[in-house]
Amino acid sequence: MCLAIPGQIVRLLDDEGQYAVVDVSGVRRTINIGLLREDGVKPDDWVLIHVGFAMSKISGEQAMDQLRLLEMLGEASVALEEVSGYDFAERAESTNDRQARSAERSE
Amino acid sequence: MKYVDEFRDPALIRKTADEIARLIERDRHYRIMEVCGGHTFSIYRFGLQRLLPENIELVHGPGCPVCVLPMGRMDDGLAIAARPEVIFTAFGDVMRVPGRRGTPLEMRAKGADVRMVYSPLDALKLAMENPDRQIVFFAVGFETTAPSTALTLLRARSLNVDNFSVFCNHVLILPAIRAILDSPDMRIDGFIGPGHVSTVIGARPYEFIAREYGKPVVISGFEPLDLLQSILMLIKQLNQGRAEVENQYARVVPWDGNRPALRALAEVFAVRPFFEWRGLGFISQSALRLRDEFAAWDAEARFSVPGVRVTDPKAAQCGEVLKGVLPPNRCKLFGRECTPEHPVGALMVSSEGACAAYYHYVHAMVTAGD
Ligand code: SF4
Repeated sequence: MCLAIPGQIVRLLDDEGQYAVVDVSGVRRTINIGLLREDGVKPDDWVLIHVGFAMSKISGEQAMDQLRLLEMLGEASVALEEVSGYDFAERAESTNDRQARSAERSE
Repeated sequence: MKYVDEFRDPALIRKTADEIARLIERDRHYRIMEVCGGHTFSIYRFGLQRLLPENIELVHGPGCPVCVLPMGRMDDGLAIAARPEVIFTAFGDVMRVPGRRGTPLEMRAKGADVRMVYSPLDALKLAMENPDRQIVFFAVGFETTAPSTALTLLRARSLNVDNFSVFCNHVLILPAIRAILDSPDMRIDGFIGPGHVSTVIGARPYEFIAREYGKPVVISGFEPLDLLQSILMLIKQLNQGRAEVENQYARVVPWDGNRPALRALAEVFAVRPFFEWRGLGFISQSALRLRDEFAAWDAEARFSVPGVRVTDPKAAQCGEVLKGVLPPNRCKLFGRECTPEHPVGALMVSSEGACAAYYHYVHAMVTAGD
């Protein structure tokens, strides 16, 4: 529970700065970014994720270090399982984003 | 166990380990407590003790949130889970922690609606999808996790989700450290401060440990090199007779913490006058409850919980292991009645628990003749 998962912000989902899509080793899920309101999170930024919430902004290099650490600890698959399990997306996403997603699918 | 060559910067790791070996005073014994369960896991997983001289003793602290929950709180939670209208949700770590009547998973096998979630927001979503059921989230964790619960509750309130509630077991790390410092059977020379808890609370709140108790604290990252550097910083402080708070993990931990997280905590939670910790007993001001404004989302207010106090199984020595008085393998039940397959205490369940880490990475090696 204590090991944080590094992810890269793909896009922001709402104007209030609450939700964003994040990419963790190819798995994309919605997370909450409300705790980083003061850090000005934007696409391509890296964050450490804990139980569905971004906890801190980190550099790309730190993100790689953290990924390697998870692998060395034998926790990388557990981390991916956790991220894949985040299931609160639909309600959180704005209508705009759902439209964007269906547009992506039809591309 | 891993070999040093696999780590990042093996040369730097060796250099750091050599410097520690060079600096220690031979006739001195150094007892260093790593407070955080994530550090305990790293230390065992990487076999770090092996890189240290014998007179540095790493003592495992109380930083495993499910481990410090007394069995009575599990039973209270499970009493809620047994109600027919309730969907009981919890993190994976909690699912295998035994109460008197079994674990949440065993309750599920007997027909209770118990579901594992990865985020409190998942539990909130379940509530929105099941308006005719009561969804209860069993919240555990230190200051790392509590802000997530707080934001989830703020969201539940703003969306008016009235069939969602939280059974709050969030605990605070600083009162636990103080209890350890005040405990007569503890003699700790310095602390490796938790990494991710400190991203929320910052480094500053640890200053009382240096000021009032004269003990050094170094907040540390989780990599082998991080932990060795932190130990080196502690040894230097101890040898020079300094007691300060230093931040080895400054790349992630801001000195003053995360303001939005601290604000959310203050808005949603109040500090309980006291709370029982396994092994440490009742500690004042050591846990959080929902503020009265959030009573509508407080499972303890919504369902009458029995509030039972249960003593641990007699031979179990979880308390002593939690306080760092006893190493895991010296518990009478370790590896016999208590194994990861049949855990007696939560320390054998959680990946952050000292007994599970010891079992997987030390005990298994020894018994395999490695
Ligand atoms: S071995 Fe089991 S009973 Fe003994 S301290 Fe560890 S978890 Fe508790």
